[in-house]
Amino acid sequence: MKNGLLIFLAGAFFGAGLALSGMTDPVKVTAFLDIFGFWDPTLAFVMGGALLVFGGGYFLLRGTLQLPANPGEKISSNLLLGAVLFGIGWGLGGFCPGPAIANLGALRIEALIFVPAMAVGMILVQRIYRIDG
Amino acid sequence: MNPDYLHGFFGGCLIGGGSLLALIVTGKIPGISGVFGRLLKPKQNETRWRFIFLLGLIAGAALLFQISETASIFRVPDARNWLIYALAGIIVGFGTRLGGGCTSGHGVCGMGMGARDSMVATVVFMAAGMFTVTIFRLLTS
Repeated sequence: MKNGLLIFLAGAFFGAGLALSGMTDPVKVTAFLDIFGFWDPTLAFVMGGALLVFGGGYFLLRGTLQLPANPGEKISSNLLLGAVLFGIGWGLGGFCPGPAIANLGALRIEALIFVPAMAVGMILVQRIYRIDG
Repeated sequence: MNPDYLHGFFGGCLIGGGSLLALIVTGKIPGISGVFGRLLKPKQNETRWRFIFLLGLIAGAALLFQISETASIFRVPDARNWLIYALAGIIVGFGTRLGGGCTSGHGVCGMGMGARDSMVATVVFMAAGMFTVTIFRLLTS
């Protein structure tokens, strides 16, 4: 039960961070990807802050807390194809999974369409490619 | 400095802190696409923490939408229609599970742990996103 509360808090930090950073706004995310247009670099600051805290914390604590090792796997064709497809969908909608789910609570129609569609895509690929774990 | 960048940086720190806390408590890498995708599998253990984590994510965002003026949800009117969101959703779901991660799983957690494949994935999905936005803008303007 104690763990449940901590995990809820972890999710709440994540969601609050997405909202505070403006990353729940698809237009702002699209503007980061629009490097030849009216470019908005905010997403780079978000990534910087997230990497600083997560990466810094991970390397400081991984010994004492026995955190999982670097998950790195070899670069497969599935990884590359998946990343290309994800990038295309991200550019089209301005949503990646976190911000889309974060918008569910606000009952935004865009998120209410995007998230079930994303679930369909995930179920499809998990069946076709038999993705385990 | 542009206040958006400052909010972005501190928001990013919260995202990184939440991810780190989830990693410490669960021992699993808390990428959102992996957390959500595994909840959709028929036989799956550990549904409880994944569900609670996503519930927290929704609650944390909802709280900030309420208390912060800068964190209004959509600050700019969005011209995209629902069909584009449906199509984008399917492609994002398919791609993130095939590629083993999204902006959080590869971009924050994987890269933060020093995983080389996550760095490659992040460069590839950002490049594909930039390409798509550029083409989309040229076609619709």
